[in-house]
Amino acid sequence: MVGPKSELALVREHDVVFARQAIRSAARQLGFSIVDQTKLVTAASELARNAVVHGGGGTVVWETVAENGRQGLRLTFNDSGPGIEDTKLAMKDGWTTGTGLGMGLPGARRLVNDFELVSQPGVGTTVIITRWK
Amino acid sequence: MGQFLLVTIQVDMDDRIAIQLQEDLTTMIEKTHARGVLIDISALEIVDSFIGRMISNISAMSRILDAGTVLVGMQPAVAITLVELGLTLQGVMTALNVERGMAMLTASQDSKNGRAKK
Repeated sequence: MVGPKSELALVREHDVVFARQAIRSAARQLGFSIVDQTKLVTAASELARNAVVHGGGGTVVWETVAENGRQGLRLTFNDSGPGIEDTKLAMKDGWTTGTGLGMGLPGARRLVNDFELVSQPGVGTTVIITRWK
Repeated sequence: MGQFLLVTIQVDMDDRIAIQLQEDLTTMIEKTHARGVLIDISALEIVDSFIGRMISNISAMSRILDAGTVLVGMQPAVAITLVELGLTLQGVMTALNVERGMAMLTASQDSKNGRAKK
């Protein structure tokens, strides 16, 4: 079961802040604990920044999901940037294109329950994360 | 505050503001000859890898300028998340609140002065 979707554009640096606030509010409404809210918002911040900085802009969509009697929040980050050549390498701690700590993707994965990365060079990158209550 | 600078972060910073803060702060240390910097992040609801890197940078830069940095007031949920994210903020001193942070800076000043006298 999937609830209504909301979407936010990720184009400017400050959109990362707007995304954090929107996801925080959705997680709070769903009744996530403070720690779970913080983990999800931090993961969202990393992925939103990736979309703006490396993906040349994109979108984030969030929706409430339910499965086996539990509720969760699912976020989908989309960009039509250059894509990632080697997604396995990009998931390694410390691997970076040079501007960051190389912590964004692997760090975000550790902060959520489900993590899916699909990227095609020249087409773009999609990251779907879910945190369950 | 005497010889210490107190920085209270009260807004959800975008990356540009975080970089600006880093630059402003190092300029202020040089201008005021501050011997220590307290960064109060009790109002911050998240610290991601970028903000974490900014905090590490400020700490490293102020050390080179002969000033200590103490990060104070981190919310427990932020601390838990930081560790899971993989950020350890190496070399950054932390304290529960401003008072304890100030005591920490004073103590490190005193031990430096003590060593200088001998």
